[in-house]
Amino acid sequence: MLKDQDRIFTNIYGLKDKSLKGAMSRGHWDGTKQIIEKGRDWIINEMKASGLRGRGGAGFPTGLKWSFMPKESDGRPHYLVVNADESEPGTCKDREIMRHDPHTLIEGCLIAGFAMTAHTAYIYVRGEYMREREALQAAIDECYDAGLLGKNNKNGWDFDIYVHHGAGAYICGEETALLESLEGKKGQPRLKPPFPANMGLYGCPTTVNNVESIAVAPTILRRGAGWFSSIGRPNNVGTKLFMISGHVNKPCTVEEAMSIPFRELIEKHAGGIRGGWDNLLAVIPGGASCPIIKGEDMDDAIMDFDGMRDKKSSFGTAAIIVMDKSTDVIKAIARLSAFFKHESCGQCTPCREGTGWMWRVMERMVKGNAQKREIDMLLQVSKQIEGHTICALGDAAAWPIQGLIRNFRPEIEARIDQYTYNAMAHGAVMEAAE
Amino acid sequence: MSVRRLAEDSVQPAAFAFNEENAAWAEATIRKYPEGRQQSAVIPLLMRAQEQDGWVTRASIEHVANRLDMPYIRVLEVATFYTQFQLKPVGTRAHIQVCGTTPCMLRGAEDLMKVCQKKIHHDPFALNAEGTLSWEEVECQGACVNAPMVIIFKDAYEDLTPERLEEIIDAFEAGKGDQVKPGPQIDRHFAAPEGGALTLLEEVKPVRTNLEPQRDLAETAAATVPPADAGRPKDTAPETNPTLKTPVTDKEGAKKRAKAAEKQPLSGTAKSEPDPKAAGSAAEGAPPEPGAVSGDLKPKRTRRKTTTEGEPS
Repeated sequence: MLKDQDRIFTNIYGLKDKSLKGAMSRGHWDGTKQIIEKGRDWIINEMKASGLRGRGGAGFPTGLKWSFMPKESDGRPHYLVVNADESEPGTCKDREIMRHDPHTLIEGCLIAGFAMTAHTAYIYVRGEYMREREALQAAIDECYDAGLLGKNNKNGWDFDIYVHHGAGAYICGEETALLESLEGKKGQPRLKPPFPANMGLYGCPTTVNNVESIAVAPTILRRGAGWFSSIGRPNNVGTKLFMISGHVNKPCTVEEAMSIPFRELIEKHAGGIRGGWDNLLAVIPGGASCPIIKGEDMDDAIMDFDGMRDKKSSFGTAAIIVMDKSTDVIKAIARLSAFFKHESCGQCTPCREGTGWMWRVMERMVKGNAQKREIDMLLQVSKQIEGHTICALGDAAAWPIQGLIRNFRPEIEARIDQYTYNAMAHGAVMEAAE
Repeated sequence: MSVRRLAEDSVQPAAFAFNEENAAWAEATIRKYPEGRQQSAVIPLLMRAQEQDGWVTRASIEHVANRLDMPYIRVLEVATFYTQFQLKPVGTRAHIQVCGTTPCMLRGAEDLMKVCQKKIHHDPFALNAEGTLSWEEVECQGACVNAPMVIIFKDAYEDLTPERLEEIIDAFEAGKGDQVKPGPQIDRHFAAPEGGALTLLEEVKPVRTNLEPQRDLAETAAATVPPADAGRPKDTAPETNPTLKTPVTDKEGAKKRAKAAEKQPLSGTAKSEPDPKAAGSAAEGAPPEPGAVSGDLKPKRTRRKTTTEGEPS
């Protein structure tokens, strides 16, 4: 188990003082000026050396992303945008950072802003996080009062942070949709290129980072890339907030080392699976868009990017949704299909029409009111949606269904058989073919 | 995508204006964005309008459009795209938003919706008989480790059981919603596991090793390579024997020889160098230059060879 000494988020449960003074006593805002004085090349190199991969789900190296920003401004301002539109089902880590440990994020914004020559940061918080937004704004105000932010601040880099919010659209978690939304439009993703690092917010160079990626940066720079990269396996280093929900005895959010075995994580922090390990049916390892994994395949699973890829799924945001054997797994995935159908922005036809189509077929499969050949048809259609849309929502809608068919095809067929045997019970009326 | 339309004309109020407090707030909000980018404030302003009136009216959409200098259709688009905007009047005392997405569903969100159907109305968005309450099923609200949960106004009520939700609905119906404690409804502290946190219990001392002066790094680097015990000459100068006539030991002589060498470039000091040195420098990778024995090249080579001693060649 990770030692408390090595945890970056020192107040994730809100049990300690969350004011600026309290955060400082736990080592935040310590030597920020010194870090900035070391220069942007040092910061970016240190971030690259730390091996930090973005915590928003895709796992793109954060230091590399920062280095894409133009070195010199061509007259346009640079922007840092923090993606706090946390809407992936299963994911609830940024909420804890914003309401209980906001100073990690604010300090990270200042340092990241300096590293990409930005004087302004916008934090886009999802609309439903109203109390979290208030807590974050209060912490920012505290920093302005203490002279840590604003013009001519103590850290030697003029910096403003504004909190913006959405109004309930999952798609705004996609970086270009987020920028559209921040500009006051519908959140419909943009075509790339041009990439945000060249043409982002208001047509200016912009970097969009997840809350957790930004919030861990100050501690990495204070303790050194070597410390961070010594935790976990190569290519999957560092600490990570894991969210364990579903059928475990004690669901919780916890910061743990990357590459922790699945069993250890569940046993130590979540009190084990409800009804014991034999009762484990399936796991969605990284939020709704990751393919489901069978329970028996999770026995030796390592919780990191490569470990989940080996299981033909994806690590995503480390939002682990556990299902025990009482679960109707087809219904669970059908509910996710309903989610994606609801959240499709309607811009690309394969996604707009396909998510609804897949949801309707899934609803029939839940009852068993389908033909077995339709399973293959569903799989085929999901492959046609995947990769044919501007953003990854089409992929995200297709993967859970593909995962279900790959792992639980016998269940679906059994359901169809059962429905057929009981055809009379559903009110089917025998008619003569004429 | 879901189809969302504005409410019937019969319920739409004729006009909308921000109250004094909200108007000042709107002014400050617009200033958060760069000059000419006031459109960015459309979502916050609409949300404030909803907070003021309880739902987003046609009049408020037009008011916001005028305020931000936007075409009506652009604001209408935003109001219908984002599902948090209520386009119809909701319950006067509470609108209960039940999260129904898979993580909550696994922990019993369907039972919560049955409670809502029983206590409020069979259909979502429909008002109960008194017009005080309404409910809807919403997508993931981002409190999955505290599932199942509902949101009423700005607060989340988490870790619910159907019985507890009934009590909460009763409290709101009686107008005593503010007496219900938001957050987890069981013995639990926010996202910590039930029964108390298992981590972050130790007192920790902040670490800032990377910001300490660099000497720390030098010391640790030196310590990893222990000094050799072997005896070695104290002086590493190229020529330490005073009897040898070299530029180091015999500066006077060297000057004289240098003057002589200027007159006769291809004679003098070079001859005193032993041949193996030249072979050594060739072994280092320098191209052998037979015949090119210039006076100023040779001593340089000797010096370089001695200073790089010990390095792997």
